Amino acid sequence: MKIYGFRVPLMASLIVWIALWEVIGRTGAALVLPPFSSVVERMVEIVPTPTFLKALAMTGEAYLIGNLIAIGIGVPVGVLMGRSVVADRLLLPWVNIFLSAPLSALVPVIMVLFGLGMTTIVLTVVLFAVWIIVLDARAGVRGISPSLVEMARSYGATPLQAFAKIYLWAALPEILAGIRLGCIRAVKGVIIGQLLVSIVGFGHLFEIYFSNFLMEHFWALVLTLFAFAFAIAEGLGYLERRVEYYASSRQQ
Amino acid sequence: MTEVTPSLGSRKTGIRPARLQRNRLADLAIHPLTLRLATALILFSAWEYAGRLPVSPAFPGFVETMIAFADMAKDGSLLSALLITLQPLVAGLAISAVVGIGLGVAMGISRFTEWLIAPPFIVMQAAPMAALIPLLVFAYGIGLASKILTVCIMAMPVIVLNSYLAIRQTPASLIEMGRSFLGSRAQIILKIMLPSASPVIFAGLRLGAAAGFIGAILAELLITPTGIGDLITYNQSIAEYPKMYAAIFSVIALSVLFIEGLGKIEAAIFRREGRKA
Amino acid sequence: MTTARRERPAETGTPIIEVRAISKIYAGGVEALNDISLEVPRGKLTTLLGPSGCGKTTLLKIIAGLIPATSGEVLVSGRPVTGPGPDRAFVFQDFALMPWASVLRNVAFGLELRGVSRSERDEVARRHIAEVGLAGFEDRHPHELSGGMRQRVGLARALAVDADVLLMDEPFSSVDEQTRRKFQEDMLGLLSAHGKTVLFVTHSIEEAVYLSDRIVLLSRRPSRVAQVIEPEIRRGDDPEAIRRHPAYLDTVETIWQGLKRYLD
Ligand SMILES: Nc1ncnc2c1ncn2[C@@H]1O[C@H](COP(=O)(O)OP(=O)(O)O)[C@@H](O)[C@H]1O
Ligand SMILES: [Mg+2]
Repeated sequence: MKIYGFRVPLMASLIVWIALWEVIGRTGAALVLPPFSSVVERMVEIVPTPTFLKALAMTGEAYLIGNLIAIGIGVPVGVLMGRSVVADRLLLPWVNIFLSAPLSALVPVIMVLFGLGMTTIVLTVVLFAVWIIVLDARAGVRGISPSLVEMARSYGATPLQAFAKIYLWAALPEILAGIRLGCIRAVKGVIIGQLLVSIVGFGHLFEIYFSNFLMEHFWALVLTLFAFAFAIAEGLGYLERRVEYYASSRQQ
Repeated sequence: MTEVTPSLGSRKTGIRPARLQRNRLADLAIHPLTLRLATALILFSAWEYAGRLPVSPAFPGFVETMIAFADMAKDGSLLSALLITLQPLVAGLAISAVVGIGLGVAMGISRFTEWLIAPPFIVMQAAPMAALIPLLVFAYGIGLASKILTVCIMAMPVIVLNSYLAIRQTPASLIEMGRSFLGSRAQIILKIMLPSASPVIFAGLRLGAAAGFIGAILAELLITPTGIGDLITYNQSIAEYPKMYAAIFSVIALSVLFIEGLGKIEAAIFRREGRKA
Repeated sequence: MTTARRERPAETGTPIIEVRAISKIYAGGVEALNDISLEVPRGKLTTLLGPSGCGKTTLLKIIAGLIPATSGEVLVSGRPVTGPGPDRAFVFQDFALMPWASVLRNVAFGLELRGVSRSERDEVARRHIAEVGLAGFEDRHPHELSGGMRQRVGLARALAVDADVLLMDEPFSSVDEQTRRKFQEDMLGLLSAHGKTVLFVTHSIEEAVYLSDRIVLLSRRPSRVAQVIEPEIRRGDDPEAIRRHPAYLDTVETIWQGLKRYLD
């Protein structure tokens, strides 16, 4: 937007919303909404506490392991689907189903099978992230130019070599796009998992704040999580744009 | 290249008819429908096998689950539970659709609205909105209102952003066409931008519905157990696992049918125009 | 000028569009046009010819009133242009057809925007659809038509609003060679029958010489008028004869020599 010819940066309007939040919070009109400034104060206070850091470490660990598993499974499966018609037709309907299925309904199953701990959270992350990674890797491989595939074959590349040296690299932009989307879904997964398990990580903190009506604490936690989520999404988006640049120069 | 020659040679040796026939059989074998049935068979057999092993006492086999499913379907408990779950879902989706498309379109046609509203929704799109559910309970209690709002906060961001981007992606030449034939701003919005954006808006609704399902179930598991959420938590608590699994199976099936249904409507609307979302 | 011209209305030849000292600098600082002045005679076909990116589309859109000039003014029938008007109709390079609307609705769209009643505008649209040779395709959608047919729809839409001036931006650039020739001939016949004034943009020398009464040669960006040429070609003859006619070939050669200077 422009005011008097000045370009006002897009995200600047967040300041307007935060100011509004502060005003409403100060009037005390909404019981559940403490002023933004006191939320930030509280944030500064609770973030360095051991409880918080422990929850953060646990969440971060589950998030990372879950994502690595999702990538480790998702990319090869996606590449396989992109290369083999049979595999594609066998798996695609299921991938599409799980891509849009209400995965929150499956978390209770994971909970009864794997208990109320780390494993469940990790598996929830995998469950949320893996499908889009598969789908995008598949799309990437399908988009590889046939001449590149023929080149690999004519030089007698084994399937494993072709996978590691050709398909993976040629489909890299799409694979990374899938990983980025998977990571965004995984953030939602890790929080949903912890909310449902509610005795580990941030889920536990939410439970404590909630039952003691600690609104400032609660908002401080929400704000921290949102900031992390946004930073992850934007950071990966930035990386992806760099790769896209490489990909477009590659196609010439 | 040298590797090409052998296959060329064999093609010349007159085994063409046999090859063709093999291909026809192979075609049948890899026909999408055959393979879809095959995967269902493989998946459900694996499920059954794992259930019989058993991998865990809390893991009933496919057959057991389906029997529980049939029982619950017969005594009507499943249907009434699904109908209860659908209430906040449909209400929440309707609100999200109206408000979300409205906001998105407003952002698409006005730079100021875009500046003001886009950033919060961009943050929400990336954020784990489920974290706000406890807050909704604080503010609106444990009733239907909180559940409807849960669906809204999950479904709205993607609907808003899709509608906004869809309007923004209206081809510039179509807008110029409208202006050059003396269309008013209202006419250009209603007759050009909205129809042009509709496939992407519709796709946003489909994604919103998927997110809304996640929200509806989460609300029933977190806030108060009702509907399918009640069937899941109750049967879990009394270790009636086949029923628990059947309830989960049914709600996933419902969501798949719901979203597939939306996709069918979408295809029917836009196919004639040669546009698919 | 030769005597065997197409038939034109009585006032043929007086300027209908006057472009006066138009300059255009885009927001990013690109200087597209630099002090352009030209006149478009009523009832004739004038071509803007110049290398890609020299500002032809920019000039045409300024005349259409779609974008403002940085300085200078455009008069149409003596009145200054402040925006789009009913006296001008645009034919777009990429057709600008609405994919969700039938051929009939696309052609009637200009009238629809003006609030003409359904039955009346459909009748007018049907007539023009038949004129451009698309009778029977009224209920089809653009994706079912070839590039050439799509542009015929674009032409019919422009004819349907009955503007005095047709502004055509490279209308044949996305049409394949075979259909282009036929289309060009059909268009010439149609336009002279309606007595329309046409301002036509192209980067094809042959197309310009074959179609135009007057060719305005633009230099490279920031473009100025380099030369105005009036090809002396007898259009009564059969099209193939025209393309072999020495005058035609000479004009093509002259323009080519003129343009070559700007290519390096
Ligand atoms: N909206 C715009 N903003 C900035 N520069 C533009 C814009 N439109 C066109 N240009 C630039 O102006 C010049 C002339 O463009 P155009 O009129 O489209 O040329 P032509 O139609 O002769 O190919 C080009 O260099 C182009 O890059
Ligand atoms: Mg152009």
